Amino acid sequence: MSRETIVNIVLALLLLAIPLGASAMGEQFYVTLATRIAILALAATGLNIALGLGGLVSFGHAAFFGLGGYAAGILATHAFNAEPLFFGLPGTTSMPVIWLVAIMVCGLVALPIGAISLRTTGVYFIMITLAFAQMIYYFAISWPAYGGEDGLSIYVRNAFPGVNTAQPLPYFLICYVVLMAALGLFWLLRGSRFGAALQAARQNATRLSAVGIAPFNIRLVAFAISAMVTGLAGALFADLNRFVSPSMLSWHMSGELIVLIILGGKGGLFGPVAGAMLYVLFEFALGGITERWQFFLGLILLGVVLFARGGLLGLLAGKARHG
Amino acid sequence: MAEPVLEIRDLKKTFGALKATDGVSLDLMPGEIHALIGPNGAGKSTLIHQLSGSFRPDSGTITFLGQDIAGLDMAARARLGLGRSFQISSLAQEFSALRNVMLAVQARQGTSFRFFRPVMSDKSLTEPAMAMLKRVGLAERAHVPAAELSHGERRQLEIAIALALGPKAFLFDEPMAGMGPEGSKALTKFLDGLRQQAPILLVEHDMDAVFALADRISVLVYGRVIATGTVDDIRNDPEVRRAYLGEAA
Ligand SMILES: Nc1ncnc2c1ncn2[C@@H]1O[C@H](COP(=O)(O)OP(=O)(O)O)[C@@H](O)[C@H]1O
Ligand SMILES: [Mg+2]
Repeated sequence: MSRETIVNIVLALLLLAIPLGASAMGEQFYVTLATRIAILALAATGLNIALGLGGLVSFGHAAFFGLGGYAAGILATHAFNAEPLFFGLPGTTSMPVIWLVAIMVCGLVALPIGAISLRTTGVYFIMITLAFAQMIYYFAISWPAYGGEDGLSIYVRNAFPGVNTAQPLPYFLICYVVLMAALGLFWLLRGSRFGAALQAARQNATRLSAVGIAPFNIRLVAFAISAMVTGLAGALFADLNRFVSPSMLSWHMSGELIVLIILGGKGGLFGPVAGAMLYVLFEFALGGITERWQFFLGLILLGVVLFARGGLLGLLAGKARHG
Repeated sequence: MAEPVLEIRDLKKTFGALKATDGVSLDLMPGEIHALIGPNGAGKSTLIHQLSGSFRPDSGTITFLGQDIAGLDMAARARLGLGRSFQISSLAQEFSALRNVMLAVQARQGTSFRFFRPVMSDKSLTEPAMAMLKRVGLAERAHVPAAELSHGERRQLEIAIALALGPKAFLFDEPMAGMGPEGSKALTKFLDGLRQQAPILLVEHDMDAVFALADRISVLVYGRVIATGTVDDIRNDPEVRRAYLGEAA
């Protein structure tokens, strides 16, 4: 077993053991903290497909995180008020249905955004993805039907068949299983033909073209898959907080997702998990001591970028080599 | 007479005031190695780039197997069967030599939108890729990342990738550059056998290789073809001797 595999297993068990232990001791707060980690890791795993594998630095993934959140909020609100949504379709409080809607909406929105953004590269790509996310952000703010600036409350956490989602631990377990499934998907993608083409597009797009594979098509599909995973995380996040607001769509959120990946280790399977753990622990530990915890986070980020390119995962597991 | 595989007519390309390609017409016939020689800066690489689709010509036509390909991008031309190597190696640096070739194999199979099956245990990719590495003599280095290969090995890898595409024509831009006498000799022998598989448009500075290999030679100077002919024609052409060959002939 490689060192990276061992580190991955340890991280996966740690993320599971902490809330189990905390719940047993009646410390529900830590369960919620772990749920937050799992959901942020899921969102970052989505981004890691585009950024880590494809080298596409999307500074607009909050758009998909927020859209997933609003999908949950809007569907739940309509179900709660027993108002049909549109075309007489009812809302729903069923998580699986909400997830499906969130995933499809994000895929559909990501295709045109990707199709336009992917005509550019480098800093222009970063700026265009940011611009699209900002458009959606301002749209949400100025749309009073769903709370506008104030956001939208979900009065009762949505339902999952056979699980009491109102309890912190069962809800954590749902999020944990979804995260593991997404990591499985990421692992499969990375090792697949599609993943090979996507990683080649990052390393050398001309080489990919020269063998007859159009980088644009590969990147577009990757961008859409990436958005769908992040959107799913958004739906879970809305249910965790029982609240969705435009802040989920803000550029801070996009930046946070990028930071998670860089902290944890870009392109690594468990990079987003390591990053989310570090980030949430920091927010919690330093946030209690000083308002300026983000400053210290910035320092650490600087250290990672300068001295540990592989992120936390790279430090723990050494540099990964494939094939 | 057989139809040319690749037919270039009156191709023009300028960079600002510089006429890098100035009305070039060339044919690549089935089974031939057509060498393109000329001094540095003559526009050889620029021509290859226009054929492979990296650069768009200002005017002129490029016909490949009877089809006008001027409007196609690089990937589409590669899919039609134009296999190229780059003067400056262009590889997926983090991937091993094997994975670089596997990418070409999967491209040829047209199967890049498969999302789940792991490539490294997929014999339909690894076996043909390994066979290509063997053919160019790079099999022992199959698992070394491209970034860690020597200069000469990277050139070999470029050729293996082009081979794996099973192209209908090869465009090689100075494949021997920096290879050393041993490597050049081996590659010369290898290219000699390759012409049966598909014709080669060969840009090369190594005159020994060119004279040993070429069925025809075209001489490019300042973006213009000043002569096309057999090895003997070119050796004895006074204008070529003056413009280019001089002491090399
Ligand atoms: N992308 C470019 N932009 C501007 N000038 C270029 C470019 N590529 C090549 N050139 C110029 O075009 C001329 C031909 O270059 P090139 O085709 O590389 O020559 P060769 O391969 O025969 O040595 C040179 O003068 C070179 O400086
Ligand atoms: Mg050149």
